[in-house]
Amino acid sequence: MIILEIILVFVMLVGAVAAGVFKDLLNAVIAAGFVSFIAAILFYFLHAPDVAMAEASIGAALTVAIFIIAIKKTKRSEEDEEGN
Amino acid sequence: MRKVISFILIVIIAVGAFSSLREIPFGATKSRVREYYLDNGIKQTGATNIVTSVVVNYRGFDTLGEVTVLFLASIGLSAVLYRKKEERRKKRRESSLILYTGCRFLFPLILLFGSYIFIHGHLTPGGGFQGGAIIASGFLLTMLGCWGWEGINRNRFKITESLSGLAFVVVGLLGLLYGGYFLFNYLPKGIPNQLFSAGIIPLVYIAIGFKVGSEIAGIINDMVRSG
Repeated sequence: MIILEIILVFVMLVGAVAAGVFKDLLNAVIAAGFVSFIAAILFYFLHAPDVAMAEASIGAALTVAIFIIAIKKTKRSEEDEEGN
Repeated sequence: MRKVISFILIVIIAVGAFSSLREIPFGATKSRVREYYLDNGIKQTGATNIVTSVVVNYRGFDTLGEVTVLFLASIGLSAVLYRKKEERRKKRRESSLILYTGCRFLFPLILLFGSYIFIHGHLTPGGGFQGGAIIASGFLLTMLGCWGWEGINRNRFKITESLSGLAFVVVGLLGLLYGGYFLFNYLPKGIPNQLFSAGIIPLVYIAIGFKVGSEIAGIINDMVRSG
């Protein structure tokens, strides 16, 4: 069981980095939702089913939906920042 | 230059966090309040789910603040996205028969599941926030599948939200009347593990469930309707 948790944590890290790196915002939102989903599974393994339910329904479903609606109404891909 | 400044700031934050957390051994039980809740929670509140007894009873006032934050976020979003005149948007494709029927079939089941979660909040994991979020995801399904992107009349969400928020406050104020402090558990506690137990906790959680469900569904509805 502990091996599964370690694997899940690493998959979650990959998802979190991917959410920051992707230029296509739709992909980034899906990666962020994936991170929330893994977090919900981890909360369940850590004997916190209350938090797991909240994380799965809000983080993995509703937030992703709200972001996708927002992306649909604005622009889909991120532009490179000027200057710096 | 900016990179150097942000690097220095990160180092300062890291040093501060490390030096303040170094004294506390990882995973040690430093606080005694946890044992207090676990030992006396069922006896004092009648709720078998200790998380619920903390959220609604011991820390009920904080929950009122939390719900208020959600309320303000929802109101602010509708204020930003409000449009007096509905402009004509381009016609969307009708959903297919399978999608329409499946969505109509699933929507009441999702509502039933969400209501189950917040009604049984004092017995099983879950509660008002989780049940409300599940109900809101049911509304999201209908907006995607069967009622189209036109959305629902936003006043219905606002009315439900206000009435359930008012119910929470009234239940709390009745506690002030009967017991001397806000959210006093004045109803009989009953036998633990039964549906009608734990005094006012189920009432408060039902109010929170309606409130959170209508708030999040209202947020999605506003997003969908805006231009």
